[in-house]
Amino acid sequence: MKYWKGIEELENAPEFMQSAFAEFMPVKESHASTDATSAPRRDFLKLMGFGVAAATLASCETPVRKAIPYLNKPEEVDPAISNFYASTYFNGADYNAVLVKSRDGRPIKLEGNPESPITNGGLSARAQAAVLSLYDGGRLQHFAVKSGNGHQQIEPAVLDRTVRAKLAATTGRIAIVSPTIISPTTKRAIAEFAARYPNTTHVMYDAQSVTGLLQANGGVVPSYNFSRANIIVSLGADFLGTWISPVEYSRQYAMTRKISRDKRSMSRHYQFETAMTLTGSNADIRVPVKPSEMGAAAVALYNAVTGAGGASAYKNDKLTQAAKDLNANRGASLVVSGSNDPAVQALVASINQALGNVGTTVDLAAPSYVRQGDDARMTALVNDMNNGSVGAVIFYNANPVYNHPLGQKVKSGIAKVPLTISLNDRLDETGMLCQYAAPDSHWLESWNDYEPKRGFLSLGQPVITPLFATRQGQETLLRWAGNNTGYYQYLRATWRALTPTDAAWDKVVHDGVATGTALAPAPAMTAAALSPAAAVDQIGRAAKPAANAIEVTLYEKVGLGAAGCESNNPFLQELPDPVSKATWGNYVAVPRKMAVDNQWEQGDVIKVTANGYSLELPVLIQPGQTNGTVSIALGYGRTLAGKAGDQVGANAAPLATATANGLMYHNVVTLAKTEAKSPIAQTQTHHTIMDRKSVVQENTLAQYIKNPKEVTEYEKVATPDGLEKPSKVSLWQDYQYNNHHWGMAVDLNSCIGCGSCVIGCQTENNIAVVGKQEVINRREMHWMRIDRYYSSDHHKDEFETVGKVGTYTAMEDPSDNPQVIFQPMMCQQCNHAPCETVCPVLATTHSSEGLNQMTYNRCIGTRYCANNCPYKVRRFNWFSYYSNEKFETVNGHMFTDLGRMVLNPDVTVRARGVMEKCSFCIQRIQLGKLEAKKQKRRPMDGEIVSACAQSCPTEAIVFGDMRDPNSRLSQLLRREDGERAFHALESINVQPNVTYLTKIRNAESEFFAKENA
Amino acid sequence: MNSIRLRSLPHLLLALFLTFAGTQQAAAQDAGATATVKKEGVVPGATDGATAATAVAPAAGGGDAAAIAAGDALFKTNCAQCHAVNEVIVGPALSGITKRRPVSWLLPWIKNSSKLVASGDEYAVAIYNKYNKQQMPSFALSDTEINSILAWVTAEEGKSANVAGAGVTAGNAAATDGQADAGGAEAGAGKYVDILLIVLVVVLIVLVVTLVIIGNLMKDVLRGRKDLDGRDVEILEQRFDWGKMYRSPALRGIVGVVFALVLLYEGVQSVMAIGLTQGYQPTQPIAFSHKLHAGEHQINCAYCHTSVYKSKSANIPSANICMNCHSQIKTESPEIKKIYRAIERKQPIQWVRIHNLPDLAYFNHSQHTQVAGLQCQTCHGPIQNMEVVYQYSALTMGWCINCHREMPVNAKDNKYYDNLVKLHNTKNAGAPFTVSSNGGTECSKCHY
Repeated sequence: MKYWKGIEELENAPEFMQSAFAEFMPVKESHASTDATSAPRRDFLKLMGFGVAAATLASCETPVRKAIPYLNKPEEVDPAISNFYASTYFNGADYNAVLVKSRDGRPIKLEGNPESPITNGGLSARAQAAVLSLYDGGRLQHFAVKSGNGHQQIEPAVLDRTVRAKLAATTGRIAIVSPTIISPTTKRAIAEFAARYPNTTHVMYDAQSVTGLLQANGGVVPSYNFSRANIIVSLGADFLGTWISPVEYSRQYAMTRKISRDKRSMSRHYQFETAMTLTGSNADIRVPVKPSEMGAAAVALYNAVTGAGGASAYKNDKLTQAAKDLNANRGASLVVSGSNDPAVQALVASINQALGNVGTTVDLAAPSYVRQGDDARMTALVNDMNNGSVGAVIFYNANPVYNHPLGQKVKSGIAKVPLTISLNDRLDETGMLCQYAAPDSHWLESWNDYEPKRGFLSLGQPVITPLFATRQGQETLLRWAGNNTGYYQYLRATWRALTPTDAAWDKVVHDGVATGTALAPAPAMTAAALSPAAAVDQIGRAAKPAANAIEVTLYEKVGLGAAGCESNNPFLQELPDPVSKATWGNYVAVPRKMAVDNQWEQGDVIKVTANGYSLELPVLIQPGQTNGTVSIALGYGRTLAGKAGDQVGANAAPLATATANGLMYHNVVTLAKTEAKSPIAQTQTHHTIMDRKSVVQENTLAQYIKNPKEVTEYEKVATPDGLEKPSKVSLWQDYQYNNHHWGMAVDLNSCIGCGSCVIGCQTENNIAVVGKQEVINRREMHWMRIDRYYSSDHHKDEFETVGKVGTYTAMEDPSDNPQVIFQPMMCQQCNHAPCETVCPVLATTHSSEGLNQMTYNRCIGTRYCANNCPYKVRRFNWFSYYSNEKFETVNGHMFTDLGRMVLNPDVTVRARGVMEKCSFCIQRIQLGKLEAKKQKRRPMDGEIVSACAQSCPTEAIVFGDMRDPNSRLSQLLRREDGERAFHALESINVQPNVTYLTKIRNAESEFFAKENA
Repeated sequence: MNSIRLRSLPHLLLALFLTFAGTQQAAAQDAGATATVKKEGVVPGATDGATAATAVAPAAGGGDAAAIAAGDALFKTNCAQCHAVNEVIVGPALSGITKRRPVSWLLPWIKNSSKLVASGDEYAVAIYNKYNKQQMPSFALSDTEINSILAWVTAEEGKSANVAGAGVTAGNAAATDGQADAGGAEAGAGKYVDILLIVLVVVLIVLVVTLVIIGNLMKDVLRGRKDLDGRDVEILEQRFDWGKMYRSPALRGIVGVVFALVLLYEGVQSVMAIGLTQGYQPTQPIAFSHKLHAGEHQINCAYCHTSVYKSKSANIPSANICMNCHSQIKTESPEIKKIYRAIERKQPIQWVRIHNLPDLAYFNHSQHTQVAGLQCQTCHGPIQNMEVVYQYSALTMGWCINCHREMPVNAKDNKYYDNLVKLHNTKNAGAPFTVSSNGGTECSKCHY
């Protein structure tokens, strides 16, 4: 099998081949003085002379530093000791129970709360990065009132008085617009506001609406339990990446994917989708489907499963196979759909009903509340605003001007509403148009409660005093309702019934989660659920686009989300898309065939037009994209997000179709090439050193069941004594590890490629954000990357029939629907590390605990180590990312005192000219060891984990001490030795301390059969 | 005769000088000895009151003397900040406490006084009100431990009764044992040496003058004699040829080389000293004296630097810690008024940081104090003698590494090290299990 890393490699384009083996792209520097004409030698000498003199003078005086203690030290806060507080992250889409790591009173990192029965200690990439948003200087720092084109500061009391008077005088309807709110107490506060101003209605809408799903299930999202499903069929639901509750589902999904000698079974996952999503790339069987065919596909599946008969326009043998599998696993299967079409969702609900999945994998008794938006209500409000019947509108963390497909109508509507107020955290696209701004505090500065699922409660507590003169939105609404209670008291009162005693309350605050219910049932949907027959009928009657029409599907990015509320978070902007590996901006993902037919090249800017709206974005050739379709990500193209988020990509929300049945995130578009080119900043297609056999391995479940010892190919090297394991032949002396021997195992079977580890690593280790141009220059700094490999359907054993050249050509032929494999790649901490031998100054050395140490203050930046690293995991500091003004917009958090509060004080901020790389989170290892020493014991297994292992929602990464025979890692390695455990590039015998476990696919595939023959 | 006298004079002078030098050194040694005594007085190893106490407690049952000794240690770690036997400090004097109150009342009071006050106990409320409603903190001491403290207090009462007239409290006397004498000796010796030195200088000047006069006199006498031959006259009249010496290439060479060497040495020294702040002794915003607090009053280091045993940072005490005592003691002092002012204005006190490690080096206090069991003085020097704190150690990497190379790991009773020590000893019998043999000189132990 041959893996290729991108279209360029597949095509062997000459430009690509030229740079394929260079780790760094040759860059024409416009900011450095390498050019002889711009900096002649004499100037250099002059400057150097001055520099030396200046340095000498500067070093004459040591600056006086202050040590400033508390005036009155809180008892539980000790300098340099981190405290963890339980809290909750919910931004209107993604629910995560978190532990906030607070150091000297500053939140510096978020980790998953293991107490939570929903997220179980997992944390999404989005939540990992959320701590950075607290220190976002782009937030509105005071209450403001509109004057002219801008806003000017106003005293909260003055604003309260004015707004109260105006609200009281309002005759028309008052609307509070917000994303989904799952907080019982916030809802209570809104209800109290509504009681004071009886014309008030609360309108919730979701940036990625699931109204269809809500409608089909009586106004709620059913709880799904993927862990009990043997067969998973998803009709376009990206449930591992973005759909409803990805962290929860990922964990459940991974439970069905973990296998061992004793459990040789795993779920089979069918995915029918348009764009290549994270979920699709993990599927065993993936079928590309056009958005307009999705309804017919649902009908076909419904017919096949229930035997209802009837014809469907959609025919696919994989679908038939899926239906067969589903029927064979009644009660242990699950069908989900990401469509917002109520008819499709009605059919999906009926399929699950027919399969007897309700009560096993589908739980209607404890539904999820994380989506409550009703498209019809929001559309009605937009119309009302425009026809002048709305007297006042309050936007509560909602930015519909930007993220609602009817944004332009919202904008014109706001102009017609007499009183407009924004509680948004910044003067964003919507807030800027409002007369008053009463910014909400950040969730890390606020008290709140949450009920993500009926019966499951979660609490948010402030970990820092509000940084700016902001006020919690709930408190603002209560003030206007004439209730001057502080929100904490108000919240405590809500909880009085659940936690009558202070001790019980303290326990909930401590744990962060509780059981019990406090949320009133969701309001009924405007439209009733459809019967299956009506649904089939409705789908049949739906207008079909012409066969050659190009359809667009709008999707949500795993990192950034659809609402755009995290747009100013540079960590998420630079988080590579799990599949395309693109950063900083959206693009038009097109299938290869379309690009070839239209002679588009990657980076060509094309104009996409629909609904009378057009946008221009570069083309990205995406294997797996359904023919005749393109896809564009939502959540980009902000104009008032802040320094990092503004003017990145284009806003695709207006391309969505508003129908009578709700918003559809697909449409028919016309594409036109423009003359412009705009390079896409991808993190992969370079590092091609990895493109060798035995880097990443996979096999089929059938083979694993037959013999687990034959799923991994172990390379042998030729010696005088015959073929031997590479480790038998070595020039090196082996190290002896007496104390600890740190190691890591990555199960490729349960790694879904979500990128949570990448952000976890970035926050833990103060890794700089470098911005789009530097990513294009191949200088991103992530210590941990997730390599994504596509596979092709051809194999070397065709040499005899097709010939070598023919086979290679065929192998290079892009398959329309490739299989995808993810491989987290970080420093392998080699025992025979090639980097160590080439360092001229011993800046990288081996430790007695098996770690490959990088000493920044010794490094002189020869970069020999990076050149000699077979895994290409070393990162060089080309600039002072913390002080070079070129990086101020993207890496702003290292520039200001405000932003620097997020840095981890235990990790050095690396200077220009030094190499850096994954350290196995040495600071966490040292801390864990110290705690053990203080308590006069050995460290316990699981006590010391790297940030990536800690953040992995699927527990694919296991970190531990290989010297401890009882550690989880040692047990795992013993069990998998000779079966799935392998080292990347084993033949070069660098003896990494990172072990991978072969990926097993539950699919009968022809090329696997050949491979195993 | 004359010449003999002249020749013996330098010897005499040398002998004199040596004698003085000897005296001086002895005085210095005296001072040094006091330092060591005092150092032992502030052993921070005893800070972990609970552990020290539990270690001592079982012995308390053994006999009266043992109980009193245990009580002494417990009193110093737990009570001495606020109580003395015969003197009111923050809380009441403890003399006669067992006569005033029954032990059955004292036990719950010491364990949790606020509970007793809250319960409305008449005596408890009275004492609480009498001492400005200053809450006595609760102590997690066992009954045996409290009893041994009481035994010690009773024993001290007896002692102090004997010296009561002198007006020196027993506790203070114990704390300053010998220190005053030593201090006096030090001061006395210093004065003595000064006087001797002055006398010596005067004597020397007189001698030199005398010698010059004698030399001139003798030259005059010789010039007066006519029986001298030419050679004698030449010798008598010869003058030193400075010009010749100036022109001498050998001398020029030697001087040149010495000069170059000195320059080089100084240059290297000054370059190496860039960024070195050993001896740095900035003026602090409040004239806090470690000599007074840690030295004379024997206040445990960790009483103020609360996190030194548990955290990376040995925190600078917050103003509320000062107020634990200074809400009562020396409230009129202008320096302490500065603390009051800071609290009133809600402006934290901005101390000048003395020990500045570069950010690239990670140092953890608790690793060195709690795990390694080092004394504060090992790195911070005779802190208990410092009126104004200065940086005692160089804090260079070489200084760290040297210690890591030489210092044996404190592996006793620490299960973390058990197996490591065994492995080490089987391989290198005899060699100490130093920090560096456990990987303590590897880069990423301190740099990450």
